[in-house]
Amino acid sequence: MLKAVILIGGPQKGTRFRPLSLDTPKPLFPIAGLPLIQHHIAACAKLEECKEILIIGSYTTNTMAQFVSDMQKEYHVIIRYLQEFAPLGTGGCLYHFRDQIRAGNPSAFFLLNGDVCADFPLKELWAFHAEKSEGLVTIMGTEATRQQSVHYGCMVRDPASKAVNHYVEKPNSYVSTLINCGVYVCSLQVFHTMAEAFEKKQNGFYSGNGQSGHPGYMSWEQDVLAPLAGTNKLYAMQVTNWWSQVKTAGSAIYANRHYLELNRGRLDGRTAPCQILPDVFLHPTAVVDSTAVIGPNVSIGAGVTIKAGVRIKESIVLNNATINEHALVMYSVVGQEAVVGEWSRVEGIPSDPDPNKPFAKMDNTPLFNTDGRLNPSITILGAGVVVPAETILLNSIVLPHKHLSRSFKHEIIL
Amino acid sequence: MCGTDKKLGEIRALILVGGYGTRLRPLTLSRPKPLVEFANKPILMHQIEALVDAGVTQVILAVSYRADDMEKELTEQVSKLGVSLTFSHETEPLGTAGPLALARDLLSTSTEPFFVLNSDVICDFPFKELAKYHRSHGKEGTIVVTKVEEPSKYGVVCYKDDGQIESFVEKPQEFISNKINAGMYILNPSVLSRIELRPMSIEKEVFPFMARDGQLHAMELQGFWMDVGQPKDFLTGMCLYLTSLRQKNSNKLYDGACVVGNVLIDPTATIGKGCRIGPNVTIGPDVVVEDGACIKRSTILRGACVRQHAWLDGCIVGWRSVVGRWVRMENTTVLGEDVIVKDELYVNGGQVLPHKSIALSVPEPQIIM
Repeated sequence: MLKAVILIGGPQKGTRFRPLSLDTPKPLFPIAGLPLIQHHIAACAKLEECKEILIIGSYTTNTMAQFVSDMQKEYHVIIRYLQEFAPLGTGGCLYHFRDQIRAGNPSAFFLLNGDVCADFPLKELWAFHAEKSEGLVTIMGTEATRQQSVHYGCMVRDPASKAVNHYVEKPNSYVSTLINCGVYVCSLQVFHTMAEAFEKKQNGFYSGNGQSGHPGYMSWEQDVLAPLAGTNKLYAMQVTNWWSQVKTAGSAIYANRHYLELNRGRLDGRTAPCQILPDVFLHPTAVVDSTAVIGPNVSIGAGVTIKAGVRIKESIVLNNATINEHALVMYSVVGQEAVVGEWSRVEGIPSDPDPNKPFAKMDNTPLFNTDGRLNPSITILGAGVVVPAETILLNSIVLPHKHLSRSFKHEIIL
Repeated sequence: MCGTDKKLGEIRALILVGGYGTRLRPLTLSRPKPLVEFANKPILMHQIEALVDAGVTQVILAVSYRADDMEKELTEQVSKLGVSLTFSHETEPLGTAGPLALARDLLSTSTEPFFVLNSDVICDFPFKELAKYHRSHGKEGTIVVTKVEEPSKYGVVCYKDDGQIESFVEKPQEFISNKINAGMYILNPSVLSRIELRPMSIEKEVFPFMARDGQLHAMELQGFWMDVGQPKDFLTGMCLYLTSLRQKNSNKLYDGACVVGNVLIDPTATIGKGCRIGPNVTIGPDVVVEDGACIKRSTILRGACVRQHAWLDGCIVGWRSVVGRWVRMENTTVLGEDVIVKDELYVNGGQVLPHKSIALSVPEPQIIM
């Protein structure tokens, strides 16, 4: 028997995903028509041996209840949400809920960060881990460019045994191009290691050795993985599957494109209501005029209305939004209940990884550059935003419920 | 009565066409400026028709470059109007007065006054009133003046209540007058003695001296006026011209389901379903506007195509150009002849040279070579 743990953080985390996360908790933000972490759940549920999925975060149980119940129905696997009430860190919360994870004595558990998206090769990862009798943790690793690697956990591996000899989280200088994907398989014995780490942290806290925050705070990467490196208990499996972090709002469009590609075929069997350029996810309750042209890489949510002559590409349109006649939406996210006027143009600038560099990842650039100018990014309309007819909205972010009265370019509209 | 009419009929006119019309590029890279259609008619034809209407029988075009095709095309169009066209070629640019000296032989064949006009001017041409007023005061010349809102940008004209001009002031810092030279004159052949065959400015080297001698009067223009020599003013002039057509209850204005405000559509143009055309739009012959396009304050020249769901505001679309589906163009975008703008692009203030295909958006004003 196997289990899975998905770490989703809380409302204080993932602020770079704003304003998308102002209306919907980031883990539930729909990408390719499914909440971000549903892709994790789907990957776990595909494994016959996986009997329980635990979602750990600091969102209120209320926020997560509907989602958990929906997932339970859809995947016929036990899914529970465990709320952490104190900021314990990635390691701390895992340790805090160790009894829940250990219950039923699974052979191992998968650990997945909620803010990554990937073609999760869990079966291969489990097979790899099962071979390493000494191994407590197997990390899914992928190749990054030299420059970008330092923004991730970097690993140096023994070429033969695949054991991780050295692990540094976000180093200041180049260490390795093999990076940690935030996807793991762990044996239950890892909790012994964590107990030691936990004791060390607590001692530090109570002796006042410059430790602040919560006494139970523990970082999975720094306090558990790093010390395990070089002990032959930590392994890394290198994959070439698609993988990306979802940090900034711009990465939503990038992730959308790849998840649509991975889930290709979900629309099959339904008659397209208009011209569709694949890949497109169209919710069955969306009302689409036959003269619209949608795609590639578009997700349309429930209850969305798309009028005559509308063109949408490389975008996510959230529930109950309305796109009026002849409007064009590209490289944008249109919030719930938002309205785009006729003949309007809502256009963002894609922030995809450099296609000319092998292994390049999404650059999670800050909102503003060093000159104080807005960095080019996708255009985002918050919930309930109204874009008037015949205007252009270019590389802009509009916070929820704003009714615009003119065109905007390169602006954040509060 | 018959006598005065006959006399009026002997009036000649000289139009200062001048050079290459660089200010109206990229349109003038394909077609000489006088032949660029303003409200579906070559700019020059607006003037020639008004002159013919006032009884002019001989029009002299002062041009500083040879364009055989222009001469052929104009001669053809003008012959239908029953007026003779003479080309006076400058071997070097002679300014605004020199061309009169060059055409001295033609202009001094009679003692009757002649009209002189700049070729870029569009207005309700007042040639009959101008001739009448000129004869009434009996001086050597009369210039048409028009009122402007910001006189400090121009040279202004100061004149007495009876119309006699006292002085010209270049770009006045303090308000002294809001009347400027409208680029239309009537002059007696005696004025030719004040002009030499060399590059010479009529505004600076002829008129001030005529004013000094008390020989120059001003007549104020009623209605609109615009120098349409550059794209921005071309579009403003088009709006004024269409408004004046509306005021005159002209039946030339198009009245259809998808039209808003004053719109001129050539009968050979086709307009698709669900479009919104206007206000202030001119659509030329053989133009195709596909379904769901929206066009405002723009001129679409002969044979161009605006494809589905495109949105245009403040644009001049050159001959046989194609504007792709869901394209947005605005802010005085000018497409030269045979330009292709690919689907879904945004063009903001682009000036696109002829025969160019655009595959990338132009988010800021730019010249596309």
